[in-house]
Amino acid sequence: MSTAVAEVVEKKSEPLFSKKNRKLVSNPLDIDNPITVQVLGICSALAVTTQMKPALVMAIALTVVTASSNVIISIMRNTIPSRIRIIVQLAVVSLWVILVDQLLKAYVYDVWKQLSVFVGLIITNCIVMGRLEAFAMGNKPFPSLLDGLGNGFGYGIILLIVAFFRELFGGGAIFGFKVFEAIGFHYKGNGLMLLPAGACIIVGVIIWVQRTLNGYRETH
Amino acid sequence: MKFLRKTLDGVKPNFEKGGKWEKMYFAFEAIETFLFAPNTTTAAKGVQVRDAVDLKRLMMTVIIAMVPCLLFGMWNIGHQHFLAIGQTGTLGEKFWIGIVQTLPIIVVSYGVGLGIEFVFATIRRHPVNEGFLVTGMLIPLVMPPDVPLWQVAVATAFAVVIGKEAFGGTGMNVVNIALTARAFLYFAYPTDISGEVWTYLGEGATAVAGYSGATPLAVAAAAAKGTQVVNEFNSFGSTWAPGIYSFQSLFLGTQPGSIGETSTLMCLIGALILIVTGTGSWKIIVGVFGGAYGMGLLLNILAGNNAFMAMPAYYHLVIGGLAFGAVFMATDPVTAAQTETGKWFYGILIGMFTVLIRVFNPAYPEGIMLAILLMNVFAPLIDYFVVSANKNRRLKRATV
Repeated sequence: MSTAVAEVVEKKSEPLFSKKNRKLVSNPLDIDNPITVQVLGICSALAVTTQMKPALVMAIALTVVTASSNVIISIMRNTIPSRIRIIVQLAVVSLWVILVDQLLKAYVYDVWKQLSVFVGLIITNCIVMGRLEAFAMGNKPFPSLLDGLGNGFGYGIILLIVAFFRELFGGGAIFGFKVFEAIGFHYKGNGLMLLPAGACIIVGVIIWVQRTLNGYRETH
Repeated sequence: MKFLRKTLDGVKPNFEKGGKWEKMYFAFEAIETFLFAPNTTTAAKGVQVRDAVDLKRLMMTVIIAMVPCLLFGMWNIGHQHFLAIGQTGTLGEKFWIGIVQTLPIIVVSYGVGLGIEFVFATIRRHPVNEGFLVTGMLIPLVMPPDVPLWQVAVATAFAVVIGKEAFGGTGMNVVNIALTARAFLYFAYPTDISGEVWTYLGEGATAVAGYSGATPLAVAAAAAKGTQVVNEFNSFGSTWAPGIYSFQSLFLGTQPGSIGETSTLMCLIGALILIVTGTGSWKIIVGVFGGAYGMGLLLNILAGNNAFMAMPAYYHLVIGGLAFGAVFMATDPVTAAQTETGKWFYGILIGMFTVLIRVFNPAYPEGIMLAILLMNVFAPLIDYFVVSANKNRRLKRATV
């Protein structure tokens, strides 16, 4: 009995990349994906994915914002009064959004123009708020950082897949490189892929494939 | 026949459990039941009411109902072709051009669609359904005569995979599959399915002087304020095809358009076959026509000097694809409303939306496709309201 008590007292600190922590990054990529499983952040996934470049920039911007806000909120979590926690979270998120927005404006102006309001709208992105509420408010800074990164990557990977198919089928290009013309084939752009409806269909197909691979069964 | 039966029986063991091609059993079964009546019939005892009507016979009835539209459409392609290039052709020549244009589209549509059906049936281990028999014929009938074949193939594949298989296969789809194919083309390759693509001119042929490929819908939409659309119709094509858009011609269908949609008369013959055999719901058909006519009348009252709004309401019933959509698309038993009262609402709303889209939305000259797709989505909601209204009525009557 004495050993049991001793064990509790001497609880070893968790290794930096324990299995649990690794799961925080790997789960959002597949079985806990923010877009295809949690169905968060759909609007920007439909809006910025006509080409791969803005999609990539958007994914990076969101990853930065989610991870950094997660860390800051996690550090502050014990001092935030629960009645005003949403406004505190918003203040932190908006700080990062403005930073990212200004950086993009300064260094990749054309992409920033293409993304237009959607960078600013990261502040209302369900993924950011969702992770703050669901994870950062109850966990230590380091796992929160991993969780933010993981969800950012999960969001980014879907964005890039959608943008890949939309740019390839819609404009016959990848990252602006005309692949079909490069192999000497005249490709007629598919207009449906350029509409948000096309993105919606691709997201649907991704969910279909993912559920088939994971053996998903609907429970009633 | 005996030879065929023998061959089938010969290879059958390979497909049964434990055979070489066990996985392909359902593909084999589909071919077998297509060629021969299945030998697993209802037992002689136990069932009182019997009828051999199954999905296959239902589908064949619809296809028979479409034959008048198809034949007329083939002739009409040739007819329009000769009008446009300013020559005259015999009945046979016109038919021949139509067959050459139409047959490849039908073959591609059936080939791609059935191919996908077979693949999915094999993967999912269920019998191949007959659902595609009608869809495969409907798709060519709503295509322009000179649509590129690869587009037909892509659209068919999209419609069958996304419109049907994603939802669980035959009978589970939310929206009409043939219209999904058309809507896909409409948004994916708009230049090939809108504008002046409705007449087959032929390679290198030059159109006759003064020729215009504008459809009645385009003419009506372009009519200037204060003019009479009917006058525009009657004077259209006076130099190369006088009276091409007269009311009689529009009703008979000697006008450019999708392959099967032009003739209101042929659609009505199809409707008669569907209604007499009990395959299609007369309530939906009457509802669509009534809704469109009613909406047309309402717009006439509100017209002011807007020419399209002032167009006589009965013209709405004969221009564009309203008749074809009403008879063959709206009555699709899977996607329509299921309750009898619901069918009225469903049909009437389709008709009303069609006219609204035609008159007020310059981006979409024809409204029937979008109206039916929209109401497909709303059909379960209509049913829900009808059923709950019925429940409430009966609850009120209940004494306990």
